[in-house]
Amino acid sequence: MNALLTVSGVSKAFGGLQALSDISLQVHRGEIFGLIGPNGAGKTTLFNAFTGLYTIDRGEIRLNTTRLNGQKPHQVLQAGLARTFQNIRLFAEMTALENVLVGRHARTTSGVVGAVLRLPGTRHEEADSRERAHALLHRMGLAQHAHRLARNLSYGDQRRLEIARALATEPSLLALDEPAAGMNPNERAGLRELLLQLQADGLTLLLIEHDVKLVMGLCTRLAVLDYGVKIAEGTPDVVSRDPKVIAAYLGDEAL
Amino acid sequence: MDIFLQQLINGLVLGSVYALVALGYTMVYGILELINFAHGEITMMGAMVSLAVIGALALAAPGLPGVLVLGAGLAVAIPVCMALGLLIERVAYRPLRHAPRLAPLITAIGVSIILQNIAMLIWGKQYIPFPAILPQGRHEILGASISDTQIAILVLAVLIMMTLILVVQKTRLGRAMRATAQSRQVASLMGVDVNRVIASTFVIGSALAAVAGVMVSAYYGLAHYYMGFLLGLKAFSAAVLGGIGNLGGAMLGGLLLGLIESFGAGYIGDLTGGFLGSHYQDVFAFFVLIAVLVFRPSGLLGARVVERA
Amino acid sequence: MSSVLKSRWFTFGLLALGLALLPFLVDAGLGRSWVRLLDLALLYVMLALGLNIVVGYAGLLDLGYVAFYALGAYVYAWLASPHFGLHLPFWAILPLGAALAGLFGVLLGAPTLRLRGDYLAIVTLGFGEIIRIFMNNLNAPVNLTNGPQGINLIDPVRLGSFSLSQPHELFGYTFTGVHLTYYLFLLLTLAVIFISMRLEDSRIGRAWVAIREDETAAAATGINTRNLKLLAFAMGATFGGLAGGLFASFQGFISPESFNLMESIMILCMIVLGGMGHIPGVIFGALLLTLLPEALRYTGDWQRNLFGQIYVDPADLRMLLFGMALVAVMLYRPAGMFPSTRRRREFADAKG
Repeated sequence: MNALLTVSGVSKAFGGLQALSDISLQVHRGEIFGLIGPNGAGKTTLFNAFTGLYTIDRGEIRLNTTRLNGQKPHQVLQAGLARTFQNIRLFAEMTALENVLVGRHARTTSGVVGAVLRLPGTRHEEADSRERAHALLHRMGLAQHAHRLARNLSYGDQRRLEIARALATEPSLLALDEPAAGMNPNERAGLRELLLQLQADGLTLLLIEHDVKLVMGLCTRLAVLDYGVKIAEGTPDVVSRDPKVIAAYLGDEAL
Repeated sequence: MDIFLQQLINGLVLGSVYALVALGYTMVYGILELINFAHGEITMMGAMVSLAVIGALALAAPGLPGVLVLGAGLAVAIPVCMALGLLIERVAYRPLRHAPRLAPLITAIGVSIILQNIAMLIWGKQYIPFPAILPQGRHEILGASISDTQIAILVLAVLIMMTLILVVQKTRLGRAMRATAQSRQVASLMGVDVNRVIASTFVIGSALAAVAGVMVSAYYGLAHYYMGFLLGLKAFSAAVLGGIGNLGGAMLGGLLLGLIESFGAGYIGDLTGGFLGSHYQDVFAFFVLIAVLVFRPSGLLGARVVERA
Repeated sequence: MSSVLKSRWFTFGLLALGLALLPFLVDAGLGRSWVRLLDLALLYVMLALGLNIVVGYAGLLDLGYVAFYALGAYVYAWLASPHFGLHLPFWAILPLGAALAGLFGVLLGAPTLRLRGDYLAIVTLGFGEIIRIFMNNLNAPVNLTNGPQGINLIDPVRLGSFSLSQPHELFGYTFTGVHLTYYLFLLLTLAVIFISMRLEDSRIGRAWVAIREDETAAAATGINTRNLKLLAFAMGATFGGLAGGLFASFQGFISPESFNLMESIMILCMIVLGGMGHIPGVIFGALLLTLLPEALRYTGDWQRNLFGQIYVDPADLRMLLFGMALVAVMLYRPAGMFPSTRRRREFADAKG
């Protein structure tokens, strides 16, 4: 199997509430993997467990051969898993360019001495970071906003800036938490285009989404969570015909 | 044995005063998640205003019974502090309710500097003695002694705290306060006038602070424009120790801090072989504060919150 | 292009000339005591820039900053005064004091890392008070600090027989101690400004601001928030320790009185008033708040002229005005009186 992310037997409880029960799934290299489920199904909890925000009670999460559970968020990112947030979390008082440059932090090394003396290594690193950041902004259609503060960008631009920041960290897996939330149909189409391009570039994507249509049309495979339990996993075709899924989730929306 | 009992009594009396001030911090924090840095200065204002009234009355009508004079002092100090609390909330905090977290904290520091310096301009830099208007009786219990003032402080503090609990548990205002503390948004949707609730919180907290200020100055026999700073800091530590946002916690934290200080100052010499003396009394509050925040940030009675939800 | 470059060098030269001549102009125009004040102002610029790294960049509200200033000052006093009979040279003590302060910055910072902004403020305030209480009481059983009396007769900065406390003839001019001190302080202040500017526009500086803006997002973007916060504490404390050593040598005398909470708050005021995280703003704030109290003395004369007597001691007005300024700035100009050009441009953008 060509698995990039392997989740095996993950459980997590908050007090008496079992948020995740024995979840196992695999995300394969090069695919767009969807994680769906009704509100409160545990999608975001699982997401936060991947990215080191929550510690899990049982089970294991691996990216390639690196174990992710028990790691701090910045170590998870270092290992190659970058994320975006459901309610966009940019560095509001920094420019778009600076936001992307922060994304380079994990892949650069210069320290205080290098920064103060502008040593050749630091200068080279900084120039490289800026070049990559500009290229990413350009690719996201944000080139003309490079020097505007993040908080003054439009909603759609902020979403794309957050993706640009995540891409700057050179992830092997990009995890997006409801990227289409709050977008109009036009922006949604643009997003879809973008994600397919990223996939074509060889990136693996993990997508939490509410918008079933988007997920079904986009994802290579998907998993469905309900009440903290994985009730189905497979291609959109297979999943959408699964009676358990229809009962739990699609039943009230697809009809 | 008698030293132990003596420290216990001193600690409880001091602690009950801390508890009253801590309640003001904890109520405001519970509702606004704001450290009302100026709360200590309101306590100081309570002490200063009541001392001014008491001093004037003691001069004008020397024959008046001490309790009556004290009552008059309180009767003026409490409304003044309530008005002050209301004013501070309105001018310095309300406009910043949606600003970044550091902004209201910085204005709070500004307000407490303003109050301190106003007090200094009005009453000067010297210590103001508390006039000897109260009965000076002392009672012996098992080799320890307790004064009338100490008894009065304890009884009054307990009465006030019980009243406060009743208000919060049983009245409409109390219910509105609890709802607002849970969620400001939901409370306002349910028809609670959130601004009024917040203002009431400041008013009640300030009234408690006024009483506490009078108690402190009666206990130590003096008042000073700078007294609010350390008192406020200790009371805040007490609120954190008990679990900030939790009324019972503030009371427990206040009493505990009073006891820690009193026993700490009494025994630190023996514990360190004379290396550190009782003038380190003021250090304990900060050590307690730091230890609590590092090891159990939610305090003794606070719910253990998930670190980043 | 080259004319732009030329005009830049020209401005630079003019600025350097102005800074070099400043103490003489001030001496001639306002008197010797103002030169002394100028020295002190430079010291505060260093302190404010140090605290700016912690508060302005990393967003950690540190109310105990003065503790590091005190540490630097006491280290200098211990190693260069009759107190222990040691008289080490300043070039050895200053870096040592700064490094020790930096180390303490890490030690005091470490337990507070998990705390949110307002809790952090109170805890650092507690640290500052603890250190002050120890300074006041560590005269027994071993006399470390000499208690409230403080330590006296601290050596001035001296290189060989060249002491900054005496006037010197150079190029036919007489340079007094305060003049020479000015140049030393100016040099170090410029170094601190330079380091601040370079850090701000670097990988490290961006990571600090990212933590200030959103700590969770910063961690998820690969920033080791713990290490970077500690680094901010350490850098800030180092500058504080440096300024403390200079202060001790400059005054020749230190006592706990100079390192109280109000001092921390005053340094914070400088940053807030000038513009948090913005170097020119912070410098402006530091100069303003050091020089303003001196100017406030004139209110005494106004009062006498207007009312025939002095009602309010001008020195007492100082803190009151600071308090009001803190509130007013937060309410009306939250970015400070001198916000960064980037922010101003953004405000202009929003209007146009």
